[in-house]
Amino acid sequence: MNGGIQRFLRHRPAVGGLTLLLLVLLAAALAGVLYPGNPFAIVGQPFQPPLGEHVLGTDALGRDLAAGLLHGARTTLLVGVVATVIATVAGVTIGGLAGYFGGRLDNLLMRFTELFQTIPFFLFAILLVAVLGASIHSVIFAIAVVSWPPMARLVRGEFMAMRNREFVQACVSLGMGHTRIIVLHILPNTLSSIIVTGSVMVATAILIESGLSFLGLSDANTMSWGFIIGSGRTVLRTAWWICAVPGVAILLTVMAINLVGDGLNDALNPRLRSL
Amino acid sequence: MNAAKNPDAPLLLIEGLSVSLPASADRRHAVEDVSLELGRNQILCVVGESGSGKSVMSRAILGLFPSRHVQPSAGRIVFDGEDLLQATPERLRELRGNRIAMIFQEPMTALNPVLRIGAQIDEVLEIHRAGDGPARRARVLELLAAVNLPDPQQILSAYPHQLSGGQRQRAMIAMALALEPDILIADEPTTALDVTTQAQILSLIRELQRKKGMGVIFVTHDFGVVAEIADRIAVMQHGRLVEQGSAAEVLHRPQAAYTRSLLAAVPSLTPGPKRDFSAQPVVLGVNGLNKSYRSGGGLFGGKGRSVDALAGVSFSVRRGETVGIVGESGSGKSTAARCIARLIEADSGQIMVEGVDIAPLTPRALRPVRRRMQMVFQDPFGSLNPRRTVGQLISEGPIVHGVSAASAHARTLELLELVGLERRAAERFPHEFSGGQRQRIGLARALALEPAILVADEPVSALDVSVQDQVLRLLADIRNRLGLTVLFITHDLRVASQVCDSIVVMHKGRVVESGPVAEVYAHPAHAYTQALLAAVPGRQWGNANEARAAAAATTAP
Amino acid sequence: MVWQRSLSYALRRLAQAVPTVLVIVALNFLLLQLAPGDAADVLAGEAGSATPEFMAQLRQTFGLDQPLAMQLLLYVKNIVVFDLGFSFRHNMPVAQLIGSRLFPTLLLMVTVLLVAVIVGTLLGAFAARNLNRWQDNLISMLTVLAYATPVFWAGLMLIVVFSIKLGWFPTSGMQQVAAFHEGFAKVRDIAHHLVLPSVTLTMFYMALYARLMRASVLEQFSMDYVVTARAKGLTERQIARRHVLRNAVLPVLTMAGVQVGALLGGAVVVETVFAWPGLGLLAYESLFARDLNLLLGIFFVCTCLVVVVNLVVDVAYSLLDPRIELR
Repeated sequence: MNGGIQRFLRHRPAVGGLTLLLLVLLAAALAGVLYPGNPFAIVGQPFQPPLGEHVLGTDALGRDLAAGLLHGARTTLLVGVVATVIATVAGVTIGGLAGYFGGRLDNLLMRFTELFQTIPFFLFAILLVAVLGASIHSVIFAIAVVSWPPMARLVRGEFMAMRNREFVQACVSLGMGHTRIIVLHILPNTLSSIIVTGSVMVATAILIESGLSFLGLSDANTMSWGFIIGSGRTVLRTAWWICAVPGVAILLTVMAINLVGDGLNDALNPRLRSL
Repeated sequence: MNAAKNPDAPLLLIEGLSVSLPASADRRHAVEDVSLELGRNQILCVVGESGSGKSVMSRAILGLFPSRHVQPSAGRIVFDGEDLLQATPERLRELRGNRIAMIFQEPMTALNPVLRIGAQIDEVLEIHRAGDGPARRARVLELLAAVNLPDPQQILSAYPHQLSGGQRQRAMIAMALALEPDILIADEPTTALDVTTQAQILSLIRELQRKKGMGVIFVTHDFGVVAEIADRIAVMQHGRLVEQGSAAEVLHRPQAAYTRSLLAAVPSLTPGPKRDFSAQPVVLGVNGLNKSYRSGGGLFGGKGRSVDALAGVSFSVRRGETVGIVGESGSGKSTAARCIARLIEADSGQIMVEGVDIAPLTPRALRPVRRRMQMVFQDPFGSLNPRRTVGQLISEGPIVHGVSAASAHARTLELLELVGLERRAAERFPHEFSGGQRQRIGLARALALEPAILVADEPVSALDVSVQDQVLRLLADIRNRLGLTVLFITHDLRVASQVCDSIVVMHKGRVVESGPVAEVYAHPAHAYTQALLAAVPGRQWGNANEARAAAAATTAP
Repeated sequence: MVWQRSLSYALRRLAQAVPTVLVIVALNFLLLQLAPGDAADVLAGEAGSATPEFMAQLRQTFGLDQPLAMQLLLYVKNIVVFDLGFSFRHNMPVAQLIGSRLFPTLLLMVTVLLVAVIVGTLLGAFAARNLNRWQDNLISMLTVLAYATPVFWAGLMLIVVFSIKLGWFPTSGMQQVAAFHEGFAKVRDIAHHLVLPSVTLTMFYMALYARLMRASVLEQFSMDYVVTARAKGLTERQIARRHVLRNAVLPVLTMAGVQVGALLGGAVVVETVFAWPGLGLLAYESLFARDLNLLLGIFFVCTCLVVVVNLVVDVAYSLLDPRIELR
C-alpha cells in the first residue's frame, strides 16, 4: 500500500494530473460560494469579452461565463463519477459471474455484452436520452448503459485467469464456497485493474456527457460545459471565446483524469521498467 | 570448416569474464570472473541452478544482453584470434548465425509466430548472402531433412504453432546449423520438452556435433543430461565458476563441495528398498475414470474435435502407500489428479475415498470429504494468494470448516514448525519467500485440515535440484510421521523412484502399466514404459545415490 | 482453398448475426414504447404533420390496436422489408432518405479510419524506436492532449483557426453551394471540404492507435523471437521491419475494427459541427425535429453497418494472423 503511494508520487505527470483534478474539485466546491445564485441568470450585456467586468465574459444571452464554468464543473464531475460507479458495478457483476462460472452462463452473458458493444454507443446514448427525456437522471443512466461493456470484458478476463490459478483451486479443494472465494480471494487481486479502468471510464463519461449536452440533450436546469459550447456555436465568428473556454476546461479535466489513471496503473501494477 | 592457426588452441577462450547487473539487483554481478575453454569437436556442458549466471554467460558470447543495464565489465572472449567483447556491432552480426550460432529453450516463443518456418530459416542464409533464392530454398530443404524432420516440404510452409515442441526445436537446430558454424551455443534447449522428445533432440545434437566437428556449449540444470552428452563440464553457482574438468572427473570425482552436494541431490534411478503395503486396506480407488474435451463445433460450426484426456483409468492406493502417476505432457496425469480431487468433473467413473464414491456427490455433500483429501500444487508462485499472509492462508481451511480462529492460528504455528519454517513466517506475505519455502507453505496449508490422503501434483517440478531434494525429504519425513497416503504426480522418473512405493504409468489418457516401482523399473512390460525408461538421460551414469541404492537393494531381505 | 474457407466462414458469421439484428429491432420497439406519447405519433415523425388518412394507415400497418406481441411481429416484418417509415419533413421514405445520406458518412469514416490507422501506427512505431527520447516524449504529450480533447470542440476550434481566421478551408458543407462542379473539379471540391472534418475526427483515434502501437512494439521487442533474430545476425532495423511490425500491428487492427461503432458516434458530432450532409447530421436534425422514427431508423442502419464491418474485420484479421483458425 505504502509502496503504491510512493510509486504514484514518483510519476510526475500523474502528480500534475492529480493537482489539476483537485483544482477542478475545488472549483466545483466553491461554485456556490463564489457565484451564488442561478448560473442561468442574465448578469449583463451579451458578448462581453473576457477580462472585462466579468472575468470570463458573457455569453449570447448575457450569462456570466465564469459562473457557468464553475457550476458546470459540478455537473460534469457528478455525472462522470455516478455514471462510472453504476457502470462499474454492472460490469463487475456481469463480467465476474461470466468469468467465474464459465460455461453456458458465460456464453449467455458474453453474447449480451457483445450485443451492447455492437451498438454504436454514442448514438444509443442519444437515443436513450431522446426517448427518456433530457434530465440529469436519464443522462447518467444513458452513459452508464453504454459504458459497462468494456469493464465487463476486462473483469471477465481477469476472473477467468484467476479461476485457473492454483491458489483459487486450492481454495476449492479446501472446501470454500463460491462467495468466499470471489470476495476474499479473487476480487482483491482484480481490484487494481478495476480501479485503473474505472478512472479512465470517468474521463470517457465526461466526454460523452459534454457531447450530449452540446447536442442539446442535457438537463435544462443544470449548467453544463457542453451546453455552453453549444450555445456559442452560432457566434463562433465574433465571440469565439464562448466556445473556447469551456472546451479548455473539459480538455484539462479529462487529461488530468487520464494522467492520474496512468499513474495509478504504474503504482498498482508495478512492472519492470522496460529497457 | 574454418581452420584456426593452431589446431590445439581452444575454439573459444573465456578469460575472467564479469557481467555487471544494475544497482537494484540482489547482487552486483550476474557473472563474476569466469574463465572457460571450449575445445574443438567437444561438448562442454555448463551446469548450474537458477541464478547461477549460466544463461547470461552463454549469451554474453554473442553479445546478446537482456538490457543495456546488464553489460560486461571485465574479461575477454577470444574466438579465432579476436576478442568478441571488443568487437564492433557489425562484426558481431557477421559472426552471429554464421560462425557462432545459438538455440534457445522455448521453441514456441523463440520462433516468430506469423512467419513460416521456411522463411525464418531462409532468412539466415539471406542475411549472410549465401546464394540466391532457389539455391537457398534447396539448402533449407536439405537442412530440414538433416535434422530428421519428416516431410521437409510441408514443414517449409508450415507455421510454428502447427508443429509439435520437438519438431520446432529441430527446426531451430536446422536454422542454427544453416551456415555450418564452428560453435553451437544451446541454452537449455531440451528443458521444455518431454523426456522422450528430449532424448531424441539430445542424440540429434550429439550426432550433428560429431558429423561436423563443432564445438558445443550446452547450458542446462539437469545432471542427467550432462551425464548423457558432456565431454567436459563446468559448474556455476551465484555467477562464479565452481569447478571445471572432463566429464569423468566432475561426475565421479567432484572436487568442490557444491558440486558434490548437487550430485548427491540428484535422485537415483534405481529405487531403494521399499515398504510392503499389501496388507493395508485400499483408501483411494479409481475405477474407469473417463474425461474428454470437445473443441470447435458449435452453432453452424460443424462437428469439432474430441480429445480423450482420460480413458478408463483405474488404479488403487493402499493406506500409507505413496503411489506415483508418471507420464509425459498430454498423458492425462494432471487431469486424473484434478478429477480425483473433484476440481474438475470427470465424465464417468468411480472415485472411492475410504469406501465412499465421491464422484456423484454434490458440492455440499463433498465438503466433509474434502477434509480427508488435500492437494499440493506445482507452481510455487501461483499456488499462494499474494494478498493474504501466510498465517491467513494456512488457517483459512480449518476456519472454513468450523474451527475457531484461535485454535486455527495455534495449529498454523505448529504446522510452520513442522515444515521447517519459522513461526514468524505467519505474518509475512508469500512474495517474501523463495520457491522452496513456498512449497513448504503449500504443504502446511494442505496439512492444516489433517487429511488422510495427500494429492501432490508435480510439487517439486518447478524447483532447483538442491531445493527439490530438501522438499522431497521433508515430504517423506512428514508422510512417515503422520502416516499419510500420498498420490504423487510427476513426469520425472528419478523423483518417482525416490519417493514412490508403486507407480502407475499413463500415456495418452490410459494406464499402460502399474506395479511396485522396483518391479516396473527393472522389468518394464509395456513398450511405452520401456521407451520412457530408456529415454531418461544419464541412465548409464552411476552416481553416488545409485551406488548407495544398489547397495541397499542387495542387502535388503 | 483459403478463399472458400473465408467465404463459408463469412456466411456462417452472417447467419449468426441475424439473431443480433433481431434483438436490435426488438430494442428499437422497446424504445418506441418507452417514448412519451402515442406510438402512432412517434411513428409518424413530427407530431401533427401527418394527414389523418396516413395516421389511420399507420395504425393498421403497425397494428397499434392489437396486442403488444403482434405489434412486435409487425414491426419486425416492416423493418425486414426496409419499410422504416416516412419522413414528412423531407417528403420521402425514411429508407430512401437514409440511403441518400449514406455516402458522405462512409466517405468520412473510411478516410478517418485509414488515416488514423496508418499515421497512428507509424507514429507509434516511431515513438517506440526513439524510446524515452524527445521524439517519444513529444508524441506522448501530443497523444495525451488529443486523447482528452472533445471531438466537437476540436472541430469548432479548427474552424475558428483555419476557416475564420486563416480562410484556408471552408467552414461547412461537403461541396460549394451552387457551384455545380463536375468530374475532377467535383472531387477536388469535396476533398477540400473533407479536410477539416476528417482531421477533427482523426485526432482522437490517431492518438489512441499511436499509444497502442507504441506499447505493442515495445512488448514485441521483449519477446524471445527477437533474441533469436539477433542471434541470427539481423540488424535492429531489419528486426523491426521483418519481424516486429507485423506482430505489433495486429492488436491495433483489432482495436480499429472494434471502434467502428464509436466512430459512427463521432461522426454525428463532427457532421453537426461542419454541416456535413451525412447520417450524423440527419440524426441531429431528427433530434431537433423530435422525429424519433427517423432516429430509430438511423440507429438500426448504423448497427447493421457495424455488424457487417465487424465481420469484414474478423475475416481480414484471420488472413493476417495464421494462428487464428477459421472455425
